[in-house]
Amino acid sequence: MMEPEAIVELIETALPDCRATVVDDAGDKAHFRAEVVSSAFEGISLVKQHQLVYKALGNHMVSDIHALALKTYTPSGWASARETT
Amino acid sequence: MSERNVQDFINDLVKGNKVVLFMKGNKFFPACGFSARAVQILSHMGTEFETFDVLSDGEVRQGIKEYASWPTIPQLYINGEFVGGSDIMMEMFENGELKTVLAESAS
Repeated sequence: MMEPEAIVELIETALPDCRATVVDDAGDKAHFRAEVVSSAFEGISLVKQHQLVYKALGNHMVSDIHALALKTYTPSGWASARETT
Repeated sequence: MSERNVQDFINDLVKGNKVVLFMKGNKFFPACGFSARAVQILSHMGTEFETFDVLSDGEVRQGIKEYASWPTIPQLYINGEFVGGSDIMMEMFENGELKTVLAESAS
């Protein structure tokens, strides 16, 4: 079990100029949905972007967090995603 | 199986199949929502793919996470390369990249 705020804290601490939103969708503090914006994602593949987030969460990913639906954005990608929706 | 052999076993599966999905359950009975979504995407693409049920083998279930430095299942491999989990598959499906990668793997 983990608080969404604790996940936000871990991600935002590990990644530069990062804004993370984490939602506890199921209300069970184990299945989460996250949107992460960071300049660290510039110019790297989606796999590498997700790996950075997983790395920030470290062991929590195999213990407290059962599922994490993840969306990553660069700052410019985030801006254009907002415009189109 | 020793640690070393599990990694070899996984590597043989990954290199020996053009498209292989490590998942929970199988194509017909996915045992997790994320695995079900991955199967749906691949089925929709009309591509042939192999699956491996990690619930049938605890060592592979653990070993596959180390193999790709990726902590979650499902995991998709195309042409021996790790492509991503279900979120990445969905994004690549929506932006057309998945179609491109699968078309390249078929040629």
